[in-house]
Amino acid sequence: MFPRPIQQASPGFRTGYQLFLPIALLIWLLPLLAIFMTSVRPGGDITAGNVFGWPSQWQILDNYAAVFQQSKAMTYLWNSVKITIPTVIIAVSLSCLTGYALSAYRFRWAVPLFFLFVAGNFVPFQILMVPVRDFSVRTGLYDTITGLVLFHAAFQTGFCTLFMRNFMKALPFELIESARIEGVSEIKIFWHIVLPLVRPAIAALAVLIFTFIWNDYFWAVVLINGDDLLPVTAGVRSLNGQFVNQWHLVSAASLLAALPPVLMFFAMQKHFIAGLTLGASKG
Amino acid sequence: MSSTETVPSYSWWKRNRMALSPWLFLVPGLLFFSVYVIAPIFQSILYSFYEWDGLGEKIWIGTRNYEELLDDDRFYTSLKNNVIWLVLYMLAVPIGLGIALFLNQTVTGIRLYKSLFFFPFVISQVVVGLIFGWFYNPSFGIVGKVWEFFGATPPSILGDETLVTYGIIAAGLWPQIAYCMILYLTGLNNVSPDQIEAGRLDNARGWKMLWYIIIPQLKPATFIAVVVTVIGALRSFDLVAIMTQGGPYGSSNVLAYYMFETALSEYGYRMGYGSAIATVLFLIMLVYISYFLWRMYQDEQQ
Repeated sequence: MFPRPIQQASPGFRTGYQLFLPIALLIWLLPLLAIFMTSVRPGGDITAGNVFGWPSQWQILDNYAAVFQQSKAMTYLWNSVKITIPTVIIAVSLSCLTGYALSAYRFRWAVPLFFLFVAGNFVPFQILMVPVRDFSVRTGLYDTITGLVLFHAAFQTGFCTLFMRNFMKALPFELIESARIEGVSEIKIFWHIVLPLVRPAIAALAVLIFTFIWNDYFWAVVLINGDDLLPVTAGVRSLNGQFVNQWHLVSAASLLAALPPVLMFFAMQKHFIAGLTLGASKG
Repeated sequence: MSSTETVPSYSWWKRNRMALSPWLFLVPGLLFFSVYVIAPIFQSILYSFYEWDGLGEKIWIGTRNYEELLDDDRFYTSLKNNVIWLVLYMLAVPIGLGIALFLNQTVTGIRLYKSLFFFPFVISQVVVGLIFGWFYNPSFGIVGKVWEFFGATPPSILGDETLVTYGIIAAGLWPQIAYCMILYLTGLNNVSPDQIEAGRLDNARGWKMLWYIIIPQLKPATFIAVVVTVIGALRSFDLVAIMTQGGPYGSSNVLAYYMFETALSEYGYRMGYGSAIATVLFLIMLVYISYFLWRMYQDEQQ
């Protein structure tokens, strides 16, 4: 069924559509709504069976403050920032370089190396787990934020290279050619001609990698041992054990963990979506 | 004569500039990627032929880890669950297309609706797992309430060996559908209105219009949607870890989680055996990776 544009439909149908939209959205986001409602109600409501009804009391501030007071939520959030931001910077910078190398030069290894990055980006994490952990232990990077950042940055370089290279390939190659004929050095071409043109790609990658890394759970569990360095995803998991049956607090903590990527998405929506299509379409 | 001395070195760089420059740009990224991604793949495959607790000596045992896998019921359960994941996760593609078609209209506020529908994908799977785990709770979750509304005893979805995997997959579908939806929404932007008009003149409408005119034009979106869904299905770790830890009795295990459990948990540090499981998972993924690369190669040729 391919729907006709709604403008061609009967007025009744059009009103129906506009009425149905918010209902559909409500059903679709019901899980989120429920967890938000839970995060603002007193704990007593849940034990009394009032799980989906109106809160008997609005405890927004109390509940969220309790999460910060009774747990290391602040530390977890800060750790996530310390892990995510450097990863984004390193991965995006490295891929600007690799993307340029693989798109602006015609050499025999360009396609095989590009495919190596693409293939590596798709492998299951588990095939890397034991050696990466072992490597981190031997180099003293295990249980450090630096170790986690270095791994994340290296792994994300695969995806970023895929994206950057495709983006740069679509740039007008004549620009680079004519600069070369003029005798401009390669590094200057990269810095003054190519980089300004790939700003949208950098923005897209930055928001996307931010979300991926912020939401990572697996590598935090594998490469971090103590409680003090956990990012917020793993932190919320351990809060879940600490706040047994205190669902209003678990909900508040979960929403806090989910908030930064959501804000990021809203602020940079267009770039985010461009990134998700793997750079295949620039719509 | 200093000028004749500097000229050769200058021209050497000039002569080889085009050959050397790409490598200079590649070195940092390639080095990083090799150390943390490429080399570990081969190391893991190698470790799978050893008995190793992660600390002591590695003992070469040939293919014995793989022989053990053949007799391991938990391995078969995980493998079977991975197949279920792969099949059911694919539902995200048509459902995502359905929602995209539903939202592909121009009315006031539709942009906001589109972004809000996309929400679940932005949220961490840990949070999704917690939400759904709570949803499924028979005594105060929404599922329990619905069952009670119909006067039935609510099932404990995550405690039931036959239901648990489906419960986790349903949770995973939520963000995955959102992802496929956004891919299709982008794709629908690029569908040519001329062709739709031409189709209308040829009396193509409804399903025929969708099947013969729209879907062929959405091929790039479908391709990416299938690829990311397969990868998502095979990477299913977070939800299992959060919602059930593979339980009850290993019935919701998947290869990704089973590997982690064998290599790094209270069940012992069997790095060699874990690597063997990881190798199997890698080989399954390799089928899809090869297909993806092959398709990309074809595009490159054009």
